[in-house]
Amino acid sequence: MGTISLRNVRKAFGDAVIIPGADLDIEHGEFVVFVGPSGCGKSTLLRLIAGLEDLTSGLIMIDGEDVSDVPPARRGLAMVFQSYALYPHMSVRNNIAFGLKMAGMPKEEIDAKVTHAAATLNLTDYLDRKPRQLSGGQRQRVAIGRAIVRQPKCFLLDEPLSNLDAALRVNMRVEIMQLHRQLDATMIYVTHDQVEAMTMADRIVVLNKGEIEQVGSPLDIYNKPNSVFVAGFIGSPKMNLITGPLATKFSATTLGIRPEHVELLASAGDVNGSIVLTEHLGSDSFLHVDCGEAGRLTVRAAGDYEGKPGDAVSLGFDRARIHRFDSQGKVLV
Amino acid sequence: MATQQTRSIGRIAVAPSVIALFLWMIVPLAMTIWFSFLRYNLLDPNPACSLMTPGALMDEANRCLAGTSNYTYFLTDPAFFKAMRNSLMLVFWVLVISVTGGTMLALLLDQAIYGRNFVRLLVIAPFFVMPTVSALVWKNMMMHPVQGFLAWITKSLGLGAIDWFAHYPMTAIVIMVSWQWLPFATLIILTALQSFDEEQKEAAQMDGTPPISFFWYMVIPHLARPVTVVILIETIFLLNVFAEIYVTGSGGRAGNLPFLVYHYGLLANDIGGASAGGIIAVILANIVAFFLMRMIGKNLEA
Repeated sequence: MGTISLRNVRKAFGDAVIIPGADLDIEHGEFVVFVGPSGCGKSTLLRLIAGLEDLTSGLIMIDGEDVSDVPPARRGLAMVFQSYALYPHMSVRNNIAFGLKMAGMPKEEIDAKVTHAAATLNLTDYLDRKPRQLSGGQRQRVAIGRAIVRQPKCFLLDEPLSNLDAALRVNMRVEIMQLHRQLDATMIYVTHDQVEAMTMADRIVVLNKGEIEQVGSPLDIYNKPNSVFVAGFIGSPKMNLITGPLATKFSATTLGIRPEHVELLASAGDVNGSIVLTEHLGSDSFLHVDCGEAGRLTVRAAGDYEGKPGDAVSLGFDRARIHRFDSQGKVLV
Repeated sequence: MATQQTRSIGRIAVAPSVIALFLWMIVPLAMTIWFSFLRYNLLDPNPACSLMTPGALMDEANRCLAGTSNYTYFLTDPAFFKAMRNSLMLVFWVLVISVTGGTMLALLLDQAIYGRNFVRLLVIAPFFVMPTVSALVWKNMMMHPVQGFLAWITKSLGLGAIDWFAHYPMTAIVIMVSWQWLPFATLIILTALQSFDEEQKEAAQMDGTPPISFFWYMVIPHLARPVTVVILIETIFLLNVFAEIYVTGSGGRAGNLPFLVYHYGLLANDIGGASAGGIIAVILANIVAFFLMRMIGKNLEA
């Protein structure tokens, strides 16, 4: 089992309130991603769950049991740190075995578990090396190995891929997702990268200034953002957010429309403008269109789009796909 | 081409300092070696046997050249073994006290306490006290059997006073020198503790490491390198301790090799013998350094 519930969790350092009050329920086996810009409190929330920070008030329950005052090691969780935090003077084997040794497990049992974990993570050949003799990806795997041998109820991963180069990051992303399926364990994953959040999560928790803005499946959040913040944060390239007369025309303070939901028309669209810049990705082209009062909009066009900077275009919005927000930044239904 | 040119210009540029340093070290060493083979005594009424009068030296070569007799005399002197033992004891015990004490002090000073910076300053202070001053203070204010602070404490407890320099001169010297070197060890170990990775601490916490195990498996390996540095540097300086022994007048029983060399040169006026002693001390120091590097030098590899 591995269900985690937060009830009105609050964290403040003196006068600085980091988390004003968070409520969240995580089911067993879920892959939950905390995402948000830096400083939004996502790591603090994870550290609160881990027990590395003390709650100011509120309640954390794991499997229905209140663990608010339980020390980290006895919460049955395992954490993978951003810097991996491997023990530099220990071999890979001892790094993985250390937690079990501290738990007083018999040596044969430890050896069996370490061997098994090493096999799962392709680390068998490196067991006797020191962390500094490993590449970034291998260190990452050791950090994960250290977590899985403890058979935790839930894995906590704090931006585990941010120190890897782009190609390796994609590989490790897939590996972590496979591992999740294989272990059938709950995972909470913190990242500032919305691509990681979209690709990996069963459910995404979007945080902004310590508040949970929205919780939902990746597509839910993508298609039905409930605030301007979520709309702007999730999706790449960013959703176009239009204020001013054009938004008023749609009776909203802020009008949101994703680049792929804008149509290029010959004439008589919702707004006219001229192309400033085109980005050709092969499969798609992204046009940056200066629309005067409405600002600069991003539009997705076909990969072989032939328009040049300076060309006048007319843009039509897909009526079913526009998002309207009020003056508080909340979605209007 | 250009790099070769800059390289040779660089060599020319550093040459003066290299030459100055070379002369600085080589001339005294060469003179010491030369003297160590002479029968050169300041009480000799005929002052021929010195470097200053090479002509006379040549005339009286038979009388002045000592061969290896200075060395054999020094090495067979019972005082030599005592001095060597004292040297090694002093180095050993001061190292033990300053490294263990320094580690414990550093662990305390690493905690967030009120007025931490001031306390750190106080802890470092002994390092800035000159050895002669420290020796005088310890002799006359701390360890004096009549007016000393330690005597006052033991007397107030009804234990009577200890006349440190009369009965335990070696222990007294070890205490004084340890007091001087404790701050150095503390400072280096403290900086090492402060560089301990926070996330590693938290990883250990997640692994459920109790404090003693944390110290044993995490802190001690982390301190291996700074402690090695402390041991190497302190050994160099501790082999040369002289002021504390001289000022407290403990040379008779707690005299180490430098003190014995002083004794030969300036008390017995035997320049030849003192030079031989000096060379022997240098060789012994190198042997100690060699074994030290064999034992703990691997900690310094990256």
